[in-house]
Amino acid sequence: MKTVARAGKTATMYRFSLASAALCALKSGALWWPDQALLVVSDLHFGKSERLARRGGALLPPFENRDTLQRLDDDIEATQARRVICLGDSFDDLAAAEGLGDTDQLWLLRLMAGRDWIWIEGNHDAGPVSIGGSHLREIRIDGLQFRHIATPDTPEISGHYHPKARLAGRSQRCFLIDRNRVILPAYGTYTGGLWSDDPALTSLMQATALAVLIGKRALPIPMPRDAGGR
Amino acid sequence: MELPRPLLDWFSAQGWALHPHQQAMLARAQAAATLLIAPTGGGKTLAGFLPSLAELADGRHKGLHTLYISPLKALTADIRRNLRRPVEGAGLPIRIEDRTGDTTYTQRRRQRADPPHILLTTPESLALLLSYEDAPRIFAGVQRVIVDEIHALAESKRGDLLMLGLARLARLAPGLRRVGLSATVEDPPALARFLAADCDILQADAGPEPDIAMLETTAPPPWAGGGGRYAIPAILDQVMRHRTTLIFHNTRAQAEIFFHHLWLANSDDLPIGIHHGSLSREQRDRVEQAMADGRLRAIVCTGSLDLGIDWGDVDLVIQVGAPKNVKRLVQRIGRANHRYNAPSKALLVPANRFEVVECQAALDAVKAHALDGDPRGAGPLDVLCQHILATACAAGFDADQLYAEVISAGPYAALTRAEFDACLEFTATGGYALRAYDKWQRLMLRAGLWTLRDPRTAAVIRQNLGTIIDTETLKVRLKGRMGGTPLGEIEEAFASTLTPGDTFLIGGQVVRYEGLNELTVEVTRQPGRDPKVAVFSGSKFATSTQLSERLLQILQQPDWPDLPAHTNDWLSLQRELSHLPAPGRLLIETFPYDGRQHLCLYGFAGRNAQQTLGLLLTKRMEDQGLAPLGFVATDYATLIWGLHETTDPARLLGRDTLRHDLETWLAGNAVMKRTFRNTAIIAGLIERSNQGRRKSGRQATFSSDILYDTLRKYDPDHLMLQITRQEAMRGLIDFGRLEDMLTRLAPHIDHVRLDRPSPLAAPLFLEVGKVPVDGAGREKLAEAAAAQLMRDAGLA
Repeated sequence: MKTVARAGKTATMYRFSLASAALCALKSGALWWPDQALLVVSDLHFGKSERLARRGGALLPPFENRDTLQRLDDDIEATQARRVICLGDSFDDLAAAEGLGDTDQLWLLRLMAGRDWIWIEGNHDAGPVSIGGSHLREIRIDGLQFRHIATPDTPEISGHYHPKARLAGRSQRCFLIDRNRVILPAYGTYTGGLWSDDPALTSLMQATALAVLIGKRALPIPMPRDAGGR
Repeated sequence: MELPRPLLDWFSAQGWALHPHQQAMLARAQAAATLLIAPTGGGKTLAGFLPSLAELADGRHKGLHTLYISPLKALTADIRRNLRRPVEGAGLPIRIEDRTGDTTYTQRRRQRADPPHILLTTPESLALLLSYEDAPRIFAGVQRVIVDEIHALAESKRGDLLMLGLARLARLAPGLRRVGLSATVEDPPALARFLAADCDILQADAGPEPDIAMLETTAPPPWAGGGGRYAIPAILDQVMRHRTTLIFHNTRAQAEIFFHHLWLANSDDLPIGIHHGSLSREQRDRVEQAMADGRLRAIVCTGSLDLGIDWGDVDLVIQVGAPKNVKRLVQRIGRANHRYNAPSKALLVPANRFEVVECQAALDAVKAHALDGDPRGAGPLDVLCQHILATACAAGFDADQLYAEVISAGPYAALTRAEFDACLEFTATGGYALRAYDKWQRLMLRAGLWTLRDPRTAAVIRQNLGTIIDTETLKVRLKGRMGGTPLGEIEEAFASTLTPGDTFLIGGQVVRYEGLNELTVEVTRQPGRDPKVAVFSGSKFATSTQLSERLLQILQQPDWPDLPAHTNDWLSLQRELSHLPAPGRLLIETFPYDGRQHLCLYGFAGRNAQQTLGLLLTKRMEDQGLAPLGFVATDYATLIWGLHETTDPARLLGRDTLRHDLETWLAGNAVMKRTFRNTAIIAGLIERSNQGRRKSGRQATFSSDILYDTLRKYDPDHLMLQITRQEAMRGLIDFGRLEDMLTRLAPHIDHVRLDRPSPLAAPLFLEVGKVPVDGAGREKLAEAAAAQLMRDAGLA
């Protein structure tokens, strides 16, 4: 794997290969496949605040859909993606798809227009969703599998775990990358994370796996694997 | 009002006579509100209860008569024990029970169904009781409420919540009489107004002057840190010469370290205990019982033992570390010598040489009876939001009536209707610019009353009541004894730095970290190892501005004959290598240390001003490419560290763009985010993190920083941001004062470049409360760390 190491400049993406595909982990948390003009995002969790309110919990600031859409809009604009895969848990629950407000729904439809839009089914939003695009459990493109939760069937790109890691005292969402698979960070605004040293993740990723921290730049580090490194 | 015969007989059988203020309390038993100010040990608490005992003696009153509120759970248990003695001794038919977070579930249920005559409880437990539908029934017959240690409660949001609760109580029990019991304070009328709009003040005789001095030791204190260990031989000597000594520390971590080393030096095997808020209830109970029985010669403790009545034979108070403010010191030493007419005895043990000067200033202030304190502001709105929600749990309310009730509470007397409505709006709908929650409002207007939309949410709301924000803690248990007594708690941030094999101190024992079992830290005992200590955040007191000024004056002296020789030398060294700070001048030292460039600014302007300066300076340093990483502020100085040296500090102190710089910087700063989190938890926007955390649901909860950033972007005028700003400003000074200060001092800057930290800067390195700066500096460090890790792993 090659890194983009520009001395003195911060990297906006981390380039690497999975099988023979040349991929880019963007600092926004999206995955970009230039040869396929394909953008992949995972765990958008649209409708989180509404779902929490419905259950009688606290009333969180109802802006997360808009915020997530803005970032997605920016990424699509910057990459000029022709194809977009939302890798599962795009909606916090089935009702959330209906609950997306008019403005946000129009925005989403505008993003989807003229693009090949694929909704992969997640555990939160398993089942038909009445918004356009294709709805699939998984898809295979040029040798790579795309599904919500990782399986032994590699090479594979998945999400679900919302990985995060700590570096120099701060924690950050991250990609987990090894020779067989990529696990995407959660893209949605109101999403929490699971530490990379959690057994669920250390059992999935190889010893040489990297965590690519996102945020202001894409920064690769060896994936932290023991609780002491937290 | 007369005391019943059996009780008077019992008192005389003990050889007790009533103090004048106890008589006075009986005489004015019918007053609507009384504030009694008396030194500790003066039978203050009993004075509060005597009217209740008199009124309950004939056994005719049914149900709850008197509610007693204290800030500490330990205190309620103690009072219960002590009150039962005369009541049982005199054979009075009075039921007395306590109710706190530690009371068992069965007992609590029974207390609601069949309340005792006198209930001893905490502000949080009262808030909970008031939130039940049967609150009107429970409290209908309450005659009196006694708020003990009201001076302590008034210093925090617990006091605000309590006063709102009392306003509610007064509605449920008209004619409720209030009594506040307080230690010495600097502004009695203000405290009286806090309790009730029209409140009488009763001053008890202050008793003899305290006997307070600095402990003399053969070994000198270190330049920084140390926590009093150098003085252990002298301290043990004092313990031997007294019956029971309390050894106070400012933080739990210091108490643990000190206790550990004290035991290592305890060759005479004196029984010494430890007591602080992170120890398990069972351990604290054991220590409290042993104290009451007179079986302990010394107790190493923190503010957990600061309050209370009569603790058996305590005849000496040792304060380790500078007392931070005079009022608290005076209140603390009032505990020694429960025999009211004997002078309270205390010894100060400075932890380092700078603290010697602080202690001297404190001693001077005590002699001058110069108590300190800042005026308390108006009641905060996050507490009001919580109170509104809790009120709805009990029953639907009318907005006009609730407003009238709320402004009858001291801290909220000046609350405007608009402010109240904003809080109600937030609680009901979230108060967002985007009206998104009409269908899912928390509160709905039904038949003119605001009620919970979904009554089932009451249970979760009740779990989140209270204003104390716990840092996230994990229980510590011996491995293999999962069901057993926890040894205590440690902070999650500390736990996350441990690897199996690491040792740390808890409850005075050295334990070895074995691992995490769900949400419990498993350990094994490892006596004899050198521990890596637990870091508790505990409570942080700021030194008062008055004390800081005194200190500055002391530093101006050409010589210091009153101070020990070692401190004299240390100050002289500071004068020689650098300067001693002077009024009207600004001393700035720059020096490298530990791979970072430091800047230390001595303003002696009080913590608020120094904190504000820290924010301003780091903003400008960031703009100038100096890459600051963090800062810490005390009452005397601000210490900033970063990647590059500041060669021209005067450039950082210009007056222009001050407001703009500070506003923008403040908004993105860690100070604001931390404040927001606490405010959001109290107001009910975020649930407390310790509540039933689901093991696999870690992905579901997300950081409060995300909520803060989202609000800033999309709803900048939201109530929560307004409250956050107000709160944060309490810890800072206003821009006007800052501008004045900079104008005055700008022409009088002394910049000293050193090749290492100065004597005066040394103590700052061990200060708690470091504020991280999230700028280019931190970014560079992260990149460097990442690159290093990749190289080490052979992956670069």
